[in-house]
Amino acid sequence: MAQDISSIDVSWIEVGKVADIPPAGARVVKSSQGDIAVFRTADDAVFAVRDRCPHAGGPLSQGIVHDARVTCPLHNWVIDLASGAATGPDEGCAGTYPVRVEDGVILLGLKLPAAAA
Amino acid sequence: MNMMTRGKERLVLVGNGMAGIRTIEELLQRDPDRYEITVFGAEPHVNYNRIMLSPVLAGEKTFDQIILNDRSWYQDNNVTLLTSEKVETIDRQARTVTSAGGQTVGYDRLLLATGSDPFIIPVPGRGLPGVVTFRDMFDVEVMLRKAADGGRHAVVIGGGLLGLEAANGLAVNGMTVTVIHLMGTVMERQLDEAAGFLLQRELESRGIEVITKANTKAILGGDHVTGVLLEDGREILADLVVMAVGIRPNTALAKAAGLAVERGVVVDDHMVTSDPAILAVGECVQHRGATYGLVAPLWEMARSCADHLAGVAGAGYAGSVTSTKLKVTGIDLFSAGDFSGGKDHEDIVFRDAARGVYKRIVLKDDRIAGAVLYGDTRDGTWYFQMLREAADVSGFRDTLIFGQGFGHGLGGAVPANPKAAVAALSDTAEICGCNGVCKGAITKAIAEKGLTTLDDVRAHTKASASCGSCTGLVEQLLELSLGDGYQAAAAAKPMCKCTHHPHDDVRRLIVAGQLKSIPEVMQALEWRTPNGCHSCRPALNYYLLAAWPGEYQDDYQSRFVNERVHANIQKDGTYSVVPRMWGGLTSSKELRAIADVVDKFEIPTVKVTGGQRIDLFGVRKEDLPAVWKDLNAAGMVSGHAYAKGLRTVKTCVGSEWCRFGTQDSTGMGVKLERMTWGTWTPHKVKLAVSGCPRNCAEATIKDFGVVAVDSGWELYVAGNGGMKVRECDFLAKVETEEQVLEYCGAFLQLYREEARYLDRTAPWVERVGLDYVKKRIVEDDEGRRALNARFQFSQVFSQTDPWEERASGGVDAHEFAPLAKVG
Ligand code: SRM
Ligand SMILES: Cc1cc2nc3c(=O)[nH]c(=O)nc-3n(C[C@H](O)[C@H](O)[C@H](O)COP(=O)(O)OP(=O)(O)OC[C@H]3O[C@@H](n4cnc5c(N)ncnc54)[C@H](O)[C@@H]3O)c2cc1C
Ligand code: SF4
Ligand code: FES
Repeated sequence: MAQDISSIDVSWIEVGKVADIPPAGARVVKSSQGDIAVFRTADDAVFAVRDRCPHAGGPLSQGIVHDARVTCPLHNWVIDLASGAATGPDEGCAGTYPVRVEDGVILLGLKLPAAAA
Repeated sequence: MNMMTRGKERLVLVGNGMAGIRTIEELLQRDPDRYEITVFGAEPHVNYNRIMLSPVLAGEKTFDQIILNDRSWYQDNNVTLLTSEKVETIDRQARTVTSAGGQTVGYDRLLLATGSDPFIIPVPGRGLPGVVTFRDMFDVEVMLRKAADGGRHAVVIGGGLLGLEAANGLAVNGMTVTVIHLMGTVMERQLDEAAGFLLQRELESRGIEVITKANTKAILGGDHVTGVLLEDGREILADLVVMAVGIRPNTALAKAAGLAVERGVVVDDHMVTSDPAILAVGECVQHRGATYGLVAPLWEMARSCADHLAGVAGAGYAGSVTSTKLKVTGIDLFSAGDFSGGKDHEDIVFRDAARGVYKRIVLKDDRIAGAVLYGDTRDGTWYFQMLREAADVSGFRDTLIFGQGFGHGLGGAVPANPKAAVAALSDTAEICGCNGVCKGAITKAIAEKGLTTLDDVRAHTKASASCGSCTGLVEQLLELSLGDGYQAAAAAKPMCKCTHHPHDDVRRLIVAGQLKSIPEVMQALEWRTPNGCHSCRPALNYYLLAAWPGEYQDDYQSRFVNERVHANIQKDGTYSVVPRMWGGLTSSKELRAIADVVDKFEIPTVKVTGGQRIDLFGVRKEDLPAVWKDLNAAGMVSGHAYAKGLRTVKTCVGSEWCRFGTQDSTGMGVKLERMTWGTWTPHKVKLAVSGCPRNCAEATIKDFGVVAVDSGWELYVAGNGGMKVRECDFLAKVETEEQVLEYCGAFLQLYREEARYLDRTAPWVERVGLDYVKKRIVEDDEGRRALNARFQFSQVFSQTDPWEERASGGVDAHEFAPLAKVG
């Protein structure tokens, strides 16, 4: 069920600085594969999750971030940022993207279509 | 030189610092006679304990006390030391090194231990006299001289370990110190937000000013530094600027010699570089992709390197897990491992407000992945050892947070299995920190005096009677003593799983304890999670805002998206925009501006709402500021259709046109809306004014409704037209418009001060009773005026149009623009 986008052959693409995202917040990266929500927790961990709630497609980037989780703004599902999976009784997974921070710069691992890469 | 010992292999060490000399010591232990050793040191000193520079700066130690190897050590071990001799080149063909002073020495083995260079941020003025780094004894001497020569103001750029130790040292030397830090909390790499907050508060109580989220733009001054200019325009006086923003491995020499260098000098597990004759240890190296900035890894590197140099078979270096302590007297702080959380990570949090303790352990698969300790670091080494050994802690998970000495008189908060842990506490364990009541005293009172309720215990022992943060523990004790006989006295429900405090207690304790920020509340009230959840954070944010108008800084990351973005999120992720239409009135100019905005931004749906105004649906988030700008230009402001705050004031047409109208209900509605817009309340608030008892504005199902009659105005409260329709209660009849406004302000303020977050006025009044509300608003004239005055005071700070701030002032610009576009 979990969509594994984080496999081989990714190109690492700079998308901005950690400081560009407020602590316990998120920003959106627009991509040809749809919106990607890049989260920064209060402890400055960075996660990238598909910006679509597994429940009804809510934009997870707009939710309240607490610990390494986000609460979807539409109907309060709580999504684990590391796995993209819904927590508690709810089931579903948004899918995650590989992400890396180097010297404060965020790199997303994306499998871009050959033409764009 | 040293021609006598030609038979030996020649080992040259570049860098007379901690890692290099430790390697030599290890080597001498293994084989004291194998090498003829020469050491080049750029500094004029023998090897000293660099980490103790902080106590030297703070006047707690002298330089002599931090020397690790004095001159006689070098002599006794036949090590030739060349101080103030910086090596400038390596000739790998000839196997020689040459120093700035012209000394050339040949080697068979070369060991690089050049440490790190402090990073200098590339801002104008960085080269001015008075700008220093914090790396070596020379830097400390400059700082001490500045302080002694009457330097008054110091600015430390960087709130990490080094920066804070420098700041403390300078403050101890009598300077006023400001720390400028880029991130939101200090030492963010080692500490989580909660511990960072405690640390910052402690530093501030020592007179050190800490400015977070601040970016340095320039260092000011002519022939000497005079100040620091921040990105946001602020200027801070400075006679001394210490740059402590980070370190970079010192790789210049290795790079010039053509060795493999990435972030550091690349070495294998035996500390050998890309040239088999050259080794490297310490902060200058990169091993398995990692570089280090602490001493613990150096000891391990030194052992592996010495094994290799001595030809002893060893396992090699496998990388290190590090832990951090801050060396500021009186501040206990420990951090290790990874505490950023993530999948399958579990947090155990312990807070003891009375002792100023915060502990957090992050578990993954029953093993410790990270630990942050503040205020009580006794168990740091124990946790760290288990972390490094990846020990399975599932057997004692429930008591883990209490530390190794658990059961010997620890009191405090509630662990994962609270009952078992409380049962295991000794009789001398302190339960109530405020009143110094221990467990034995409470259980004894319960048994001997036959106590059965929390209030009984409070009355007889004083436990839980002050700040109330031990209430949970006292209840556990009642439960343990009485078993099923204890009815949790219909104890109000906790706000959420992060705390045992119910809403009302939190509100009361915020005011009683003068708590002024979310981290402060969480620490003082012993929250069980590191930073709350989506349910308690917005509530705390509101309570603080209501308690400290004008003073509290809104925590916008604790707001639901609608209140952060100032528009209502829709099911497809677009937003709706509702401009305010005062009392339901509009004009051709406003309607034209709305029409233009709809065309310009291709807004798909325009609808008249049930609240007497116009809603524009399907606006793209990126377009919001531009849409607002156009609406602002026509004089319109946010209608707060998204807010836990005043929504609408519905009116009917009233005496102005209606043949039955008794008073100007439209005008009254506009006045009420002008007075109340922008306020933040526990839940949304709706008002209405009808011009006669026919009540066309449906004023009797509103939070505050007004119905005009011939002789004045009837006031109604606590109605609701939503899921559970509730007709208003009649509050009072008044004569003048001024009275309507005063009663309205007083009623809203009472609601703002006393209701629970997400209670609308209807359930709130049902709970406290209409009589109570009448007593406060109708019967107590002075009290009503005071409530209204507090309402008006808080309005001074909340009546700013949030749209205008964002459309023109660039507030929260990041909220509306994507971080990046890729592919
Ligand atoms: C737009 C509107 C319906 C319409 O097309 O007319 C509307 C739309 C929404 N209402 Fe409403 N309500 C609207 C008038 C009302 C009214 C009528 C009124 O105000 O006279 C009521 C009943 C009166 C009352 O509140 O007592 C009403 C009772 C609710 C409730 C139930 C509240 C309750 O206490 O039971 C909710 C749910 C909530 O707030 O938790 C709700 C929530 C909502 C939300 C905010 C749902 C949501 O959370 O996304 C809707 C989104 C609006 C948007 O995106 O702009 N809306 N809603 C009306 C906007 C009024 C305005 O100009 O601001
Ligand atoms: C103020 C302060 C406080 C610290 N506190 C702690 C702490 O609490 N805990 C902790 O674990 N760590 C702490 N550290 C870090 C710790 O001191 C370092 O990790 C450690 O000193 C690194 O050892 P090293 O041998 O790699 O580098 P260094 O000790 O810096 O030694 C490198 C030496 O090489 C010399 N050198 C460089 N280039 C040349 C050249 N070309 N020719 C000749 N000589 C050269 C330098 O002058 C220097 O003397 C602190 C550091 C500082 C500055
Ligand atoms: S009645 Fe329901 S569907 Fe209609 S606007 Fe209100 S919340 Fe949305
Ligand atoms: S769409 Fe996320 S909870 Fe419904």
